[in-house]
Amino acid sequence: MPLLEVRNLTTTFPIGGKPRPVVQGIDFTIADGEVLAMVGESGSGKSMTALSIMGLVPTPPGHVAADAIVLAGESLLNRSAQEMRHIRGRRMAMIFQEPMSSLNPVFTVGRQIGEVIRRHEGVALRAARPRVQQLLELVGIPDAGRRMDSYPQELSGGMRQRVMIAIALACGPQLLIADEPTTALDVTVQAQILDLLRDLRKRLGMAVLFITHDLGLVAEFADRVLVLYAGRVVEQGSVRDIFRKPSHPYTAALLASMPALARPGEVLASIAGSVPSLDALPPGCRFAPRCGFARPACAEALPSLMPLHDGHATACIRHGEGVP
Amino acid sequence: MTALLEVRGLSKTFRQGGGLLSGPAHSVSAVDDVSFEIAEGETLSLVGESGCGKSTTGRLLVRLIEPSAGQVRFAGEDVTAMAPAALQALRRKVQIIFQDPYGSLNPRMSVRQILDEPLRLNTELDRVGRSRRIAELLDQVGLPARAADRYPHEFSGGQRQRIGIARALSVRPKLLICDEPVSALDVSVQAQVLNLLIELQRELRLSYLFISHDLTVVRLVATRIAVMYLGRIVETAPAQQLFEAPQHPYTRALLSAIPVPDPDRVPSRVVLRGELPSPSAPPPGCRFHTRCPEAFAPCNSLRPALLPDTAAHRTACHLIHSPRESAS
Repeated sequence: MPLLEVRNLTTTFPIGGKPRPVVQGIDFTIADGEVLAMVGESGSGKSMTALSIMGLVPTPPGHVAADAIVLAGESLLNRSAQEMRHIRGRRMAMIFQEPMSSLNPVFTVGRQIGEVIRRHEGVALRAARPRVQQLLELVGIPDAGRRMDSYPQELSGGMRQRVMIAIALACGPQLLIADEPTTALDVTVQAQILDLLRDLRKRLGMAVLFITHDLGLVAEFADRVLVLYAGRVVEQGSVRDIFRKPSHPYTAALLASMPALARPGEVLASIAGSVPSLDALPPGCRFAPRCGFARPACAEALPSLMPLHDGHATACIRHGEGVP
Repeated sequence: MTALLEVRGLSKTFRQGGGLLSGPAHSVSAVDDVSFEIAEGETLSLVGESGCGKSTTGRLLVRLIEPSAGQVRFAGEDVTAMAPAALQALRRKVQIIFQDPYGSLNPRMSVRQILDEPLRLNTELDRVGRSRRIAELLDQVGLPARAADRYPHEFSGGQRQRIGIARALSVRPKLLICDEPVSALDVSVQAQVLNLLIELQRELRLSYLFISHDLTVVRLVATRIAVMYLGRIVETAPAQQLFEAPQHPYTRALLSAIPVPDPDRVPSRVVLRGELPSPSAPPPGCRFHTRCPEAFAPCNSLRPALLPDTAAHRTACHLIHSPRESAS
């Protein structure tokens, strides 16, 4: 049984008076201890998928519907706000791109970590102090005993992200959702945070849903990959499948446009046009207008994920033909 | 090869604090004794992490920020000594493209108005001539002619950046300062804009100062690279040489931190310990010594000079040039 199962998730928001699907018909699973990367460009729906699972989509105006969202055998659908608060933190936790906007500037970081423990385990703040210090040590904050009395704004961006990770880990979640956790950081700090996440995952055995636009990070950190485009999963597979044998033209084009894989002096492969806006989605396959392999049939129906082999699947009517 | 732009000992110290609530006054050394040159048609890339002074350096060149010390010469003329009128003329020849194409375009102006303004102010063209030039500019940056009558919010990020580039090109500059021009864009769109910049450079023989934190992007566009750390250039070399044989420990750490998009390659990484020190209290000696895995005795007291390893490759590091050499 997978740790997390998501079936037919559709989240809509009203745009121009009509509900528009920000994500539509998303299916995936995460196994215990697995790192699943969700990649896509802005507007692909990757953050909205995470927020839908966490029960953090504001409804209204948003609307979340799914056949199933099951975490460790428990359905997350139709839960009260209070039940969801309890599940968040204890069973799953989330970290975001910009730690400063998730931390409260008027409380010390130690207090903010302690608060999570107090709320979920009923331990008094003072009694939680040793646990707080341990958590800060776990996430590699030097001089943790002293730093726990610092305010977020006294810490660097990298340290703040470590504090956010400590808060997320405070109640030992089985699933950590990391939404672009290193995007706002410098590369050398990004390398530190990625090392930390890799190490924590090994030591604590938690599963990670890793949301990113950076395929370089995916190759280094993920076991499996889900590629999203305009609110749909267009391809999924092992990290090797995706990088070695990308099957969907979008995945292939995304890989080809990475500066890290290009040679100086060559024209960099790019994808013409841009991601369609939600109120102007093309008929049929949403990538078709930008796709080099599009045929008239592509505009007829929204392709669904078709399996290729062991867990590798693609949503393209050319499936199996590969990308030349 | 004569330099189009020559920068010698450029420094900027900002004063901070001293107000009622902002604590005692102190100075922040944002750019410290930076020298480089850019030849016609080449791209010098300034790379470094946030706070290293790369963007400040770009602004000092056209005196959007006034330098505290040093000299900037453009096509032989001393920019640092220019009177306002001459400075105005200089800013036609040196244009800036910013990271956030939305923040730098007036949302109430149509693309035509955005492009018409610099033409009206800086050229002798009449209305018909300007209109023809606007069509030419849009074509040059790959936008359809009908884009002229639309407003910035109607465009995607990549298209807005094209508008920003068209505006910069309108006054026929010689040098473009590109400050993180593709950092805010999605990968697939980033590639379009990079290709455009490379193509324009060939076509118009432009020089670029390309400021970026993203080494994978820099690798594709730079002729030469200068790596900055806490306000100083620590290493400069032809692009390929810098990637293949980085000398300074900071450059090596920076290069090794780039995520490799290959699931079968185990990254061998120099992970730097510690944090970037505050530029208001930069470490003495080599500013990198507090985080350097190879720091030794002279590093915390003697400032390493940027000395040539080969004709084109310079490094400011005591490991490579022993302190005695640099003293002589």
